[in-house]
Formats: sequence, C-alpha cells, structure tokens
Amino acid sequence: MAQVQVELRHVTKKFTTKTLGDIVAVDDFSFQVYEGECFSILGPSGCGKTTCLRMIAGFEDLTEGEIYLSGRPVSSSKANLYVPPEERDLGMVFQAFAVWPHMTVFENVAFPLRIRKVNRAEVERRVKQALQHTSLAGLEDVYPSDLSGGQQQRIALARAIVTKPKVMLLDEPLSNLDPHLRETMRFELKELQRKLGFTIIFVTHDQSEAMAISDRMLVADMGKIMQIDTPENLYNRPINRFVHSFLGESTFLKVVIKDGQVYAEGDLEQPLGVAPPPDAEPEMILATRPNAIEITGDTGYQSRIETRIFLTDRTEYLIPLGSQKVKVQTPHRIAFSQGDSCRVRFVDPMWYPVEDSDAEKERARRQLI
Amino acid sequence: MINLRRKTRDLAVLDGRRRVGLDSIMTALSFVLLLVIVVTPISMIVYHAFFHQGQFSLDLIIDQFTRDTTVSAMWNTIKIAILVTIFGTIVGVFYAWLLGRSNIPGKKLMRFLFTIPYMFPPFLGAMAWDLLLNGRSGYLNRWLMKTFGLSSAPFNINTVWGIVFVELSYYFPFVFMQVVSALERMDPTLEESARIAGAKQGTVIWKITLPLVRPAISSGALLILISSLAHFGVPSILGFSQGIFTLPTRIYAVIARSGGSFEGIRQGAALSILLVAVVALALWIQQRVLRSGGYDIIKGKSMRPTVINLRGARIPLFILALTTLVVIVLVPLGMIFLVALVRAYGLPLIPANFTLANYQRIFTASGTLESIKNSMILSLSAGVITMLLGTMVAYVVQKIRPRGSSVLEIMSVLPYSIPGTVLAIGVILAWSGSLGLNLYNTLWIILVAYIARYLSFSMKTSSAALLQVHPSLEEAARTCGASHTESLRDITLPLIRPAMVSGFFLIFLPAMREVTTSVLLYGPYTRTLGVQIYSLRDAGMMPQASALGSVAIVLIIVVNSIVNALNQTRKGV
Repeated sequence: MAQVQVELRHVTKKFTTKTLGDIVAVDDFSFQVYEGECFSILGPSGCGKTTCLRMIAGFEDLTEGEIYLSGRPVSSSKANLYVPPEERDLGMVFQAFAVWPHMTVFENVAFPLRIRKVNRAEVERRVKQALQHTSLAGLEDVYPSDLSGGQQQRIALARAIVTKPKVMLLDEPLSNLDPHLRETMRFELKELQRKLGFTIIFVTHDQSEAMAISDRMLVADMGKIMQIDTPENLYNRPINRFVHSFLGESTFLKVVIKDGQVYAEGDLEQPLGVAPPPDAEPEMILATRPNAIEITGDTGYQSRIETRIFLTDRTEYLIPLGSQKVKVQTPHRIAFSQGDSCRVRFVDPMWYPVEDSDAEKERARRQLI
Repeated sequence: MINLRRKTRDLAVLDGRRRVGLDSIMTALSFVLLLVIVVTPISMIVYHAFFHQGQFSLDLIIDQFTRDTTVSAMWNTIKIAILVTIFGTIVGVFYAWLLGRSNIPGKKLMRFLFTIPYMFPPFLGAMAWDLLLNGRSGYLNRWLMKTFGLSSAPFNINTVWGIVFVELSYYFPFVFMQVVSALERMDPTLEESARIAGAKQGTVIWKITLPLVRPAISSGALLILISSLAHFGVPSILGFSQGIFTLPTRIYAVIARSGGSFEGIRQGAALSILLVAVVALALWIQQRVLRSGGYDIIKGKSMRPTVINLRGARIPLFILALTTLVVIVLVPLGMIFLVALVRAYGLPLIPANFTLANYQRIFTASGTLESIKNSMILSLSAGVITMLLGTMVAYVVQKIRPRGSSVLEIMSVLPYSIPGTVLAIGVILAWSGSLGLNLYNTLWIILVAYIARYLSFSMKTSSAALLQVHPSLEEAARTCGASHTESLRDITLPLIRPAMVSGFFLIFLPAMREVTTSVLLYGPYTRTLGVQIYSLRDAGMMPQASALGSVAIVLIIVVNSIVNALNQTRKGV
C-alpha cells in the first residue's frame, strides 16, 4: 500500500450564521488520500466540499478533529494546533484562476520561489521548467490579462507546481473554462501528475469530470460523507438514492414486494420478474440506469411504448409500469414505434428504502448559506 | 433590411434622422443651451486675458504671471495640493484597509462616519478650526497658554500646514471610499493563492493586496489633487489673515480689492488662465494614469473577503480610528455649535455664557433670512433646471447620437474641470452687459453659474441610467402602438426617474453650501447662505457666523437623510 499523504480524522466544521443559526458545514469527515492518488470530493453546492478543501489548505480552522499532511498534524482541535497555509507546503489552483494581474507570467510563477528566498539562477531554471510543463514557454514577459482563460489557468498550475509540492489542491479548476478546453486541461493535468507524481485532491460538482480524472472519489451531501469508492463502483453500486442520482441519469421505481415477487406500484397483477433483495421490505425503491433496462427480450413486464424521443446519440422511450413511467435509453438501432408493445426487464438493479421528504427541506436550507 | 442595419442601434437614431420632431428639437436645444451656458463664459475669459480693446496683447498675462505674488500663490497652490494628496491618500488607504479588511469593532457605523466629511462644507470646518487654533485668539491656544503659562500660542492653524490639515480631513474620503469598495469586491483567492505560495500575511498585503488596489488608490488621489488645486474655502478662511494665498484666493483677492472693477476682473481672468493650466496639467496626468490602469480583480461569484485578525492591535487601532473621527468630525461640529451659543467670541465656552441671542439675531436680521431664502431658491431651481438639462443632453448623447454628440458631451463635462473661481469670472465677463445682457447683481447670474458648474453631475447620472434602459424596452412600446414621444414619456422617463431624483440632490446639496462662485457673484440683495456665513465671519461676528453655520449643517443633514431614505426605496435603474 502506498503511503498516506493526507488524512482527515473526524473533522467537523460548524458555522454560526445570523439568519439560519448553527450550520454543520462538514460533519465528521474521515478519509485518507494516498501518495500519487487523484482523489475527488464531489457533491452539490452546500455539501461541504469547498469547506473541507479550505480546511486542508488552512484557510479555515476546524471545529473538531485532526488533519495530517504527510504524517504531520497541521490542524487539531485537541492539541489546539493550527498551521497557517503558507507553512503547509501545498499547491493550490482556484476556480477563478487567481493569477495576479499586476505581475507578468514569470513573476507570477516565480513568486513562491522568491518568497522561499531561492537564488536567482535556480528561480530562472525552475520557472522555465514549470512553464515548459504547462506549455507556456515563451510567454514569460506577458501580463495575464493578455492571455486566454485556459492560459491563465495554466499559469496558476505552473505557479502551484513550481515548488514541487507533494499535495495539490484543486478547487473546481476547470469550471471556468469552455467545455472543449476543459477536456484538454483534464488530460494535461493527469499527464502532469504522472510526470511529477504529486497527490491531487480535486473538488468539483461535476460528476463526469470527477469520474474522468479520479482514482477514488468521495461523494458528500449536506455536510456528510455518503460514499468513498472508485468511479466504477460508485456508478454501478451507489450506496443510496442520492449517490445514485448524483452520479448519472437514474430511473427510480416504487415497488411492492409480496410473496417473493416484485410488483410496480399500482399493478399488483403482473410481477416485474426480478428477484427481490435478501433483506426486502414490503415497499422499496428499485433503482437503475435508463440505459440498463432491456426492452427487446421475451421476458419481463409486458407494457407498450407510450412516447418515443429521438436524440442525437440515443433513442428514449417512456414506458408505463403500473401507476409510474420509466425512462429507457437505447441505441438508435433498436427502433420501436409509439404504441408498440414491449417487455421491460431490469438487469441487476439497486434497492433502496423509501426516502423521507425532510432531507429535501434540509438541502434547500443549506443552499441559502 | 432596415432591421439588419440597425441591429444594435436605438430606434431614436432612425427617428431623429427621419423627420423634424421632438428629437431634433432636443438636439438643437442642447447645442444652443450648452453654447450659451458653458462655452460663452469660458471663451470670454480667454478673450479678455489675451485681447485688450480688440487688440491681441500678452502684456496683461506677462505682467500678472511675473509678479511675486502670483508666483508665490502658484507655489502655495501646488505645495498644498501635493501635501493634501500625499497625506490624504495615506489616511484614506489606511482606514480603508482597517475598515474593509480587519476585524476592528463597529465597522459598519465607522464606515458611515468616515464619509461624513464628504458632505460637510470644508469652509465651515476651516472656520471651526480657526475658532479653536487661531494663532492669536483660538480657544485651545488661549486655554493652553493660560494653563501652562506659555508666552506664545503652541498651535497655529493659519499656516500652510494648517490649510493642509483641514483640507485633508475633508478630502481623504475620496481615496477612502474608492479603496474600501475595491478591497471589498476583490476576489479573495488572489490573496489566498499567495498564502498557499508561502507568503505571510504581511507580505500578502504589500505584494498582492496593495498593488491590486493601486488603480483605485491613484484615481482617488488624483481626485484629491484636482479638488485641492481648485479649492477656495479653506485657504481663504485660514490664509488671508497671514497673507498666505493660493491661486483661487489670490484671484478673489485681486477682484475684491479692485471693488469689482473691470480692470480687477481682467487681472483675475489672466490669473485664471494660469490656474486652469495647472488644473489641466493635473487632469492630463489623471487621464494618463487612469487609462493605463485598472485590473480585473472582481471575478466569479461574490465571496466574503479575507478578514484579518488584528489580535492585540485591535483595541489600540480602534481607539486610533475613534480619535481620528472625533478630530475630523466631532471637534469642528462641536466648535460650530458651541460658539453659536456663546454671548461674545472669546468668552469661555461654559453654560453661564450661553445664549440663544445669536440665533434670534440671525433670524431677525433681514440679510441673513434673505440669504437662506436665496440659497433655497437657487439650489432648488438650479437642481431642477440642471437635472432636466442634463437629462436632455444625456438623452441626445446616448440615444439620438447626432453628428457632433461627442462635442456635446465634452461641453457638458467641461465646467467640472474648471475651478469655480474661474467659472465665476467667466460668468461675470459674459453676463454683465458686454454681450448685451446684464444680469450682474441679480440671482440670475448665480443661477447661470450654478447650472454650468453642476451640469456634469446630472449629465453623468442620467447617462448611466439611460445606458441601462435597453433599446428593446422602447421598441416594445413602439410595437404596442405608442409613438416615439409616448414611449419616451411612458417608458424611458419613468425608468430613469430615480436617477433623475438622485441627480437633483447631487446638485441641490452642494449648491446649498456653495461659496466659491457665489462669493464673486453676489450683489447687495443676492447673498447666499455660504456668502452670508463668510461675510459674518469676515466682519468678526464669529458667534453669528457659527449660528448660521449650524443652521446650514442641520439643513444638510436633514436633506441627506431624505436622500438616503429615498435611495433605500428606490425602483428602476
């Protein structure tokens, strides 16, 4: 096992607001990030991901718990320890780039070295190297305002890697870029990580971005950790309904389980033809992806195509199941017409308990912060 | 086709070109009025400075410019302006940082208090400090001399440094307000990334924060420089008795000494050329500096800026800020109100010597009451007329955009860069008979000067509002069947009405306390509030001058509260 680079132990952060009272922004976060890993923290706004990153960086103190960087405690409520950000030896890239407009590209990138009193020849050499890594060579004397958004973000990246930090914190670094550039930068970032071997902690609300870049991901909601796993496992085996819907298009079906058979709510005549989970309750949510539902076979629930929508890369069908409708996505070559009958079969679905509605209210409250 | 051609243009552009209508009338009217109100007085100064009885001659200019008094006045003007700018900038930046970025207590209230000097007339402040620290008779000086048995006054406000001190206490808000808003809107990650890069808090302030707000600092500083160069009130009150003159006060003295004769006014016109040249140089520097600068430091979502914990220094710095507020706001205010109550100037400021007789006297004396009435009439009418004129010019410049609209724009903002003293001389030269119209000694001449002086204020507020009214709003009205005039009346005007109201108060307030131009333009029956305070003081009637000053302050505070209340309930653009 690789060495632990960043570790959070029972980290909690409370804010007191005037209008909403106490808010637990981050509630008992514990996780470890290993050397050379790319670890994403993913969640909707208000889930605590940015607060978590800012505590690791040292911009926020924590209310409870401990944070370790390379085995060294940097924040600890018990030891009343707080190491300021400038002494944590991290690299960080922000969403709004935060390149200093009053300095040239060279001065921006040289700043961390000059603060560390590195001698001039060494500064020259290392800035040059960092600029080469980020394809900015030749732009040394240009001011950031003359460069594109993508180039400005590269300056921020060069500035972050120039001191060769072991850990790189990325706070939605790609979300200010246009979609095409975002993809290129994502690739370059991985490439750079492979070359320089730093650990990445990447905060984002964009699940596809997180999946593309991460070795492991943490999904959080309302200040709590929901699940930590690899992108594949998170997508295929989400632990609850929230994680399921956050990681991709989801189809949720309310089902009734009776006598070892699963029925869609509203139709207790025709079973769905899937095996119930071992710990089945009388009412459950069956969850799956619209592209994981088969409608071409000879088995499954007998129904018909109610609506057909032709999209660029797939066809979507709305199919009634009892009192509900499910969305099914298929490649274009599977062509049903409206009104055609079909058989709906669920492949390896997930099962969740019926959710309480208070969770939605709490989410709305937290958005206001 | 037509639609393609005028993609981004206003319907008004087409209307204006198509037929003789409201738009062409407004365009013509704007040109004529600006020529009369702005261009005429300015050309008269230039003409009289360089032409004598129809002959071009540099004699007057050379004679005036080479006098020792002129040279020393010019150096005083420049010296005072530069010192005020330097110290005003330091004070402004320091407090902007303290109130914008530190955890000093009472931030909100102090921020408001620090902008008070902005609405307070500086010449009243000068008067208050003169009452307190006059080298011969100042209250504090006499008390110190008596208490410690000193043979001479320890302080003397009637010096260049005294003038600098008083001016800076009224001008530092220019820098303060600009910088505090820049600091608050600045993207906090700019500073955070420096912390991550290894810089300590102090280094971040010096290397990142201050350089980033430098454009805000320099634009505020140049505003101080230009205002101070043209400033009349403070040096006239503190400098005259000691023979310390600046160019504006020297111009006033030359004219006052000649009893308003034509020769005196010609000399004043020649000196005006010099003053305008000095101010123009400062304006040129301002243009250069402002063009070069301006970083985009406001990015992305608004986030709260990093607040710096002052730790042990929190309370001492709080006390320092409070002391500053007491010195620049409370002490002058208190002096005015206390001296207003005292039976005779010089008597100790104790309740036994207090009386309301001064108020009784100023409200029964016809001259004083009339001055309040005059100022009210002048400020109201200047406010209304200038607001309407400014809005019309703004509409022509922004929406109709006729040929020569940039000339119109320049004409309307030109008087802003002309010192009030100079403008007054131009108005005298133009409207006291030489062009066939004699308004001298009437309220009209002061009104014309006020309109010229404040036109740029209303022009700027209305322009900004009109730019926010998207052409599609008027277009929608037109497709609903409204004529151009109707859509102007029912859509555009109601939308910019709040801006017009605040434009009115932007003129009304400074006009109420105006002294620089009126002091040169008033006649026996046309004294304004400022002039009356000024002459009461000149005549040695300090308690009455203070009483009237306190009335002016109360008026200003009342009107200001009305403005604030209006601004809070404001709708539209």
